[in-house]
Amino acid sequence: MPTVSMAVNGKDVSGEVEGRTLLVEFIRKNLRLTGTHVGCDTSQCGACVVHVNGRSVKSCTMLAVEAEGATVTTLEGLVKDGKMHPMQEAFRDQHGLQCGFCTPGMVMSTIDLLRVNPDPSEAEIRDWLEGNICRCTGYHNIVKAVQQVASGDAA
Amino acid sequence: MNDMLVGKPLKRKEDQRLLTGKGRYVDDIRRPGETYAVFVRSPIAHGIIKSIDKEAALAAPGVLGVFTGKDIQRDEWGSIPCGWVVTDRQGEPHKAVPHYALTPDRARYVGDHLAVVVAETYEQARDGAELVEIEFEELEPVVTLAMAMEGEQIHDLAPQNLCYDWELGSRAEIDAIFETAHHVTSLDLVNNRLVPNAMEPRAAIAEYDSGLDSYTLWSTSQNPHMLRWMLSGSVTGIPETKIRVIAPDVGGGFGMKIYCYPEETTCLWLSKVIDRPVRWTGDRSESFLADTHARDHLTTVDLAMDKDGTFLGMKIDTTANMGAYLSNYATSIPTYFYATLFAGCYKTPVIYSNVRAVFTNTSPVDAYRGAGRPEAAYLIERVVDVAAREMGMDPIDIRRRNFIKPEDFPYQTPVILTYDIGDYDASLDEALRMIDYDGFPARREEAKARGKLRGIGLACYIEACGVAPSQLIGKMGAGAGLWESGQIRFNATGTAFVLTGTHGHGQGHETTFGQIVADMFGIPIEDVELIHGDTSQVPMGMGTYGSRSLAVGGSAIVRAGEKVIEKGRKIAAHMLEASVIDIEFEQGLFSVTGTNKSVTIKEVAERAYVPLDYPEGLEPGLDETAFYDPGNFTYPAGTHICEVEIDPRTGVLEIVDWVAVDDFGTVINPMIVEGQIHGGLAQGIGQAIMENGVYDPESGQLITGSFMDYCMPRADDLPSFRVGYTCTPCTHNPLGAKGAGEAGCIAAPPTLINAIVNALDIRHIDMPATGEKLWRIARDKIAAQ
Ligand code: FES
Ligand code: FES
Repeated sequence: MPTVSMAVNGKDVSGEVEGRTLLVEFIRKNLRLTGTHVGCDTSQCGACVVHVNGRSVKSCTMLAVEAEGATVTTLEGLVKDGKMHPMQEAFRDQHGLQCGFCTPGMVMSTIDLLRVNPDPSEAEIRDWLEGNICRCTGYHNIVKAVQQVASGDAA
Repeated sequence: MNDMLVGKPLKRKEDQRLLTGKGRYVDDIRRPGETYAVFVRSPIAHGIIKSIDKEAALAAPGVLGVFTGKDIQRDEWGSIPCGWVVTDRQGEPHKAVPHYALTPDRARYVGDHLAVVVAETYEQARDGAELVEIEFEELEPVVTLAMAMEGEQIHDLAPQNLCYDWELGSRAEIDAIFETAHHVTSLDLVNNRLVPNAMEPRAAIAEYDSGLDSYTLWSTSQNPHMLRWMLSGSVTGIPETKIRVIAPDVGGGFGMKIYCYPEETTCLWLSKVIDRPVRWTGDRSESFLADTHARDHLTTVDLAMDKDGTFLGMKIDTTANMGAYLSNYATSIPTYFYATLFAGCYKTPVIYSNVRAVFTNTSPVDAYRGAGRPEAAYLIERVVDVAAREMGMDPIDIRRRNFIKPEDFPYQTPVILTYDIGDYDASLDEALRMIDYDGFPARREEAKARGKLRGIGLACYIEACGVAPSQLIGKMGAGAGLWESGQIRFNATGTAFVLTGTHGHGQGHETTFGQIVADMFGIPIEDVELIHGDTSQVPMGMGTYGSRSLAVGGSAIVRAGEKVIEKGRKIAAHMLEASVIDIEFEQGLFSVTGTNKSVTIKEVAERAYVPLDYPEGLEPGLDETAFYDPGNFTYPAGTHICEVEIDPRTGVLEIVDWVAVDDFGTVINPMIVEGQIHGGLAQGIGQAIMENGVYDPESGQLITGSFMDYCMPRADDLPSFRVGYTCTPCTHNPLGAKGAGEAGCIAAPPTLINAIVNALDIRHIDMPATGEKLWRIARDKIAAQ
């Protein structure tokens, strides 16, 4: 079995994987980082979004071996010195999560949105979230969370 | 002293762990020595199983066993039950067809569970499952409702595939009314099949402890105690004392995770056979195939009126799809959670309904957010709108004319239920104000100038929540009561555990119940810890569905709190050297009436566990349990109004405004309640314009079997919502709360369809009103001009 090495949440990790092992499986099973979720088998739901080399990626669309040498950040890696990332804070402030299952993908994805577009309109936020499905919130408060971070206001 | 927390939009206690990746969902849990189960599902919709060849799978690497229905039957495990007996027009109970964890004889839908492969790894189990060879004698599948009663018989017990033919009301009485009515509005409706699609797929881990001869089952369940009860009492015969069910963090349920399913039942059986933990996590394709589906009715409704538009009587004829087997509550949904709501907000004096429930070769159908009540609200609010159109009346006027008025409560409907309280005009007025109803014609003109067709639509819905008063549902055929238990256990340091038999999977129970208990005892919410979802910790429970957690579960917690206060008064009397009748309790302080002598709840809690100087008869401890059985359903109601714009050249629909005004009685946490409305609206809008569970009518294959084919509402399909409240507190529970979980999902479909038909100036359009349908209608209209 091939061995794969990468930096995940600032730590160098490596592990044996099958050629068919997906990055999300490597993260969840090998690394036991279960904050990243699997909500579908057709790469539609976005529950699995992580950052690979600073960009949001659906980790179910990538083989673990493709991430060889990459820098990966998951939801767990956003917490610095016990403090949540402003996007995590905003999801809490705005009630942008209910069951929390889509949340890892939503948070990782919207952080990337603000990287490429620091001041998105409501329509741009909604458009960006095309690839992330939430069954609980109706998206209303997720949009508000992104707006909170973009505007720099805390709730 | 604390500020009161009830009524405040407190941020949620559960968010810290869920936002940092520390949530614990079933698939996140690992057990030492665990094995993986993968199910072999039927690739065909209907066929007799001729043979199952396990050999190749058994020889595959890592495979520990391959099992079929015959193997489970040898252990005499019984059928998964349907717990609600619906009695048909002839006085016969519904056809209780068997539903085994692994089907031993015949495949009845695509996805039916025929065998299971257990292996050391998931990949090996999956590879093994591919190697199981099944031979069928294929039978003609029965797919659509229209063909159900003529098609091949699916169960020996159910001729014509009829589960029951049920009625409520008197046919003779309704016929007499229709003979003399001034006008009858008649409407045929499709209530489209939905796939619930909680974002977390179902999952289970079962572990057998041979030393204790007992089982632990981790399950993505909305009601762990009920699951334990069914597994013990109906399926396995294993005592309840030997089964522990744990439902940890659960990623959404919406009704679909209420039930006892074949997969977890099979895992439980396997855990002893393999004698190692057995885990199964469904993938999304399996969710589509084998989660319970929802709705799926064909209905004709007739509304009789006098010349002023006063409703005289309503007649409903529905064919409802049960799918291939009966899920746990399937029979009750299109009967007692549907036909009992047909009065809506109106004083219709006579109502008659006839419901035929039929089996088809499709996934079982059961409750999904709203469960029967969205179907009822859709039918009422659509036919009322069409009636207004036919009578040349304003849709607001026809509703107001027929509303049950505040002075009419309690109001006995002609369909069993008695509404305790409400003010439907108040919600309607507020919604009209918020949307600026009078300004609509100008907005329509302005849209027209931009080439858009703008429409406005409203719905005045009612629902029966706080499920449910046991005596009443017992008369309707329920096999269990729907009380709830609550326990408050103070610790010696003054912190408190709250235990509830309800289960939170997104609703924020840890916060809402924390607010209630913190206020009740004047302690910080941080000192209150909710325990739920574990049958070995929580005394008893009936779970979460039917907007019951707060109205029923919260009431049980309040009752337990009252008992704690009673007990605390005795301890305080001893501490303060006063008599118990002189002890008052307020804001966390026990004090002697008319003095400034007092002790805090914290001091009382400590003394409860340090009873060194207790007098005779005073019992240590501060830990009380209460069971609460509601006296009635609760009746949340409200008005939703939306405005849409349709581009006639493309059929593209935009929801440009949505106003939701709901009366949920007392609101504990408005932030959480608003979130519930938003989420319900998304699901209701999904049903109205996007979602549709479709099987190929010839082959019975599920065509909409993935997120690529089944249209889930995405962020850019939805607007932001405007939410308002009115409040008539529930009269019969200690919180005055009615429940808020399902309202959006109930109100949205008629609201949106009414707006769409208004925009297009047509009589009716069936759900889902997709862009293609809208475009065709608009095109034909333009062509006709
Ligand atoms: S799990 Fe990756 S998109 Fe659904
Ligand atoms: S919060 Fe439950 S799916 Fe988004």
